[in-house]
Amino acid sequence: MYRYDTYDQAMVDARVEEFRDQCRRRLEGKLTEDQFKPLRLMNGLYLQLHAYMLRVAVPYGTLSGDQMRALADIAEKYDRGYGHFTTRQNIQYNWIKLEDAGDILADLASVEMHAIQTSGNCIRNISSDHFAGAAADEVVDPRPYAELLRQWSSFHPEFAYLPRKFKIAVIASKTDRAAMKLHDIGIRIVERANEDGGAELGASFYVGGGMGRTPMIAPCINEFVPLDRLITYAEACLRVYNRHGRRDNKYKARIKILVHELGAEEYTRQVEAEYAHLLDQGVEPPFAELERIRTFFADPEFRAAEEASASGEPAETASEPAFRRWVQRNTNPHKAPGYVSAVISLKPVGGIPGDATAEQMRLMADLAERYGFDELRVMHTQNIVLPHVHKSDLPAVWRALDGAGLSTPNLDQIGDIIACPGLDYCSLANARSIPVAQKISERFEASGKGEALGELKLKISGCINACGHHHAGHIGILGVDRKGVENYQLSLGGSEAEDTALAKITGPGFSEDGIVDAVETAADVYLRERTEGERFLDTYRRIGMTPFKEALYD
Amino acid sequence: MRILTGNDLKTGAVTWWTGSDWSLHVEDAIDVTGKEDEIARREESARRVNVPYVIDAELEGGSPRPAHIKDRVRALGPTVRPDLTLKPADPDIGKWVI
Amino acid sequence: MTDPATTTEGLQGDGQGHNSGLLRYRHDAIADHAAVTVDAFVEQDDALAVRIEPGDEARELIPHLDRVKLVEVNFPAFGDGRGYSSARILREAGYEGELRAVGDVLVDQLAYMRRCGFDSFDPDAPLDAGDVEAALARWPDVYQSAADDRTPIWTKRHA
Repeated sequence: MYRYDTYDQAMVDARVEEFRDQCRRRLEGKLTEDQFKPLRLMNGLYLQLHAYMLRVAVPYGTLSGDQMRALADIAEKYDRGYGHFTTRQNIQYNWIKLEDAGDILADLASVEMHAIQTSGNCIRNISSDHFAGAAADEVVDPRPYAELLRQWSSFHPEFAYLPRKFKIAVIASKTDRAAMKLHDIGIRIVERANEDGGAELGASFYVGGGMGRTPMIAPCINEFVPLDRLITYAEACLRVYNRHGRRDNKYKARIKILVHELGAEEYTRQVEAEYAHLLDQGVEPPFAELERIRTFFADPEFRAAEEASASGEPAETASEPAFRRWVQRNTNPHKAPGYVSAVISLKPVGGIPGDATAEQMRLMADLAERYGFDELRVMHTQNIVLPHVHKSDLPAVWRALDGAGLSTPNLDQIGDIIACPGLDYCSLANARSIPVAQKISERFEASGKGEALGELKLKISGCINACGHHHAGHIGILGVDRKGVENYQLSLGGSEAEDTALAKITGPGFSEDGIVDAVETAADVYLRERTEGERFLDTYRRIGMTPFKEALYD
Repeated sequence: MRILTGNDLKTGAVTWWTGSDWSLHVEDAIDVTGKEDEIARREESARRVNVPYVIDAELEGGSPRPAHIKDRVRALGPTVRPDLTLKPADPDIGKWVI
Repeated sequence: MTDPATTTEGLQGDGQGHNSGLLRYRHDAIADHAAVTVDAFVEQDDALAVRIEPGDEARELIPHLDRVKLVEVNFPAFGDGRGYSSARILREAGYEGELRAVGDVLVDQLAYMRRCGFDSFDPDAPLDAGDVEAALARWPDVYQSAADDRTPIWTKRHA
């Protein structure tokens, strides 16, 4: 994985000192809250429902064991012993003191981490495929491009006060595991044949997607940007947005509205004109930099497929039904023979989606070091991945996870719910999300239908900002405030995968208990109507909304 | 009644105006009707509170209960982590919030 | 970026009192002309100073840059970042005269403004000299190229 050199370290250290100074000026009264707010947000510090909240960046979701352990230490030293992994592959802490913020950033900097631009109207943490560098289906590891974009976007002087926040995702396979088309810019690294009969890599740019109150799927504005012009093209996309994005209405300020109002064609024309101009301005990094970054993402030294484990875990473990179920459900094919990527579920039945205690974080760090080439990934679905695990080590990994409440075999099933923090933690929320997730996972565990339902992605947001990706859920739930009482709207048919689709609302909303029943009703319609091999989403697409509506409202 | 709330500037903790100071406990909040702007301005400029605002509340059993669920969650803590709320030992406290 | 001598020199007023908080990082004489709007500037052949508002098209000035002595870029609110693009566009077009940020200009934005090509600042509220110096000396390096002459990290790595 990428490691800082003295330049990177000096920049992050300078940021720590800058923020210490800004905090000091705020505490001394030299900065008003209005002036301080954008500065603290650009360091990930929110004022939330119960305290300050700190969002720490996990660039493209990749962590080392030491970094995960540092996150555990912060949870214990400055917070209440836990953290929450988010839908943008970051982690946030809920009980932070302003007085401690500088020290926390310094602790993070000591393990090459930071909270730079994890909020604010600037370019946010670059997200990516959680199986990057491991997936059998990728063209190339997308993370070097994400790292190059991280450097470019860090402290970018022109784009620190954009009309609104700006999120970029980079993937490199047809399968989309990063909700790429639901980002302000989605980049897919693609391969095409060149004139010499070889293949060359380039970047497809999808611009103007997003969720929030006006969900949109990004159109492709350029199918092939040469990699030695990637930064220049991104700069052009951002400049057109910075200049012409709406600033009169916060709710219409995202780039998706600009692209929609101008039309993708006109936006593209303006970007191409700016790009042509910028090509002469020397904004592109030397290509050698991309090559330097790539060396950090070289494959680890994989063992031979047939090699045995040195874990000492008894052979009988491999035949335990619970182990087999976990392997079948929670592992993903790997490009190296004998390996898989193993998903650590942060969705125990009745638990809080995405929360992990300091002890759990340390255990995950230990497992990464012992069995996973010292690498972990944060998934946008709020789980953790050990990307490179030798199959012979799986029994030992599972045994350790099982002892820590981390072995729930529910990847992409109804219990693997995305939920935003909702009204339990968030000052923007209109309704609680977590209790709904807890009740649904408990209901389906009790009924035993989860396994029969197969892949069913359920996503819950506690307000229209859609941090819980409800628009993109096979089943989506949106919490609203109806005269001071929590109410939940149900929607069906969304997808954030390569078959990106926006869910449609079924009809009138439900109470907290009513929404749990409604989800079960919708699931039952699927079980009744499905044909061989169909997922919930496929059945919905085939039969449409009507049978679901009839079951829900008649 | 109308009560005044905000966050402590240094710690971020939710606080309530008691008439002479800021308390972590909503039970200590007093009616500020008519004086809210003056108190808020004075306390914020003295940095004893951050982003204060006034809310509606009702007296229930002698203590103010905020009218909106969001302020009741603020007053107590996350409903999904009773152990982290201000009243971890009260099994019925969830009903007060919802 | 911060030459301390320039900084000290920079703390000078225009002699008229109203902008005693003017910070200037240029060695030439202050261009003391009243700034007109972009529309007026394009119309009036004798105008020497122009003020760009956030919604203005900075590129309209490009054909007239040879007579511009002073460009003021107004920041009515510090959170409106359009002025950063306007500044860079003018520098990219070869403008070498004074480029002044005016309005809601705060110390925490100065380093980014300098990088986008601003070389003078006339903030609504005067800035603390110590804070200014600290802000401009903050960054040991820069990641990307902009309108200043700083060499980006990625170029230094492969020099």
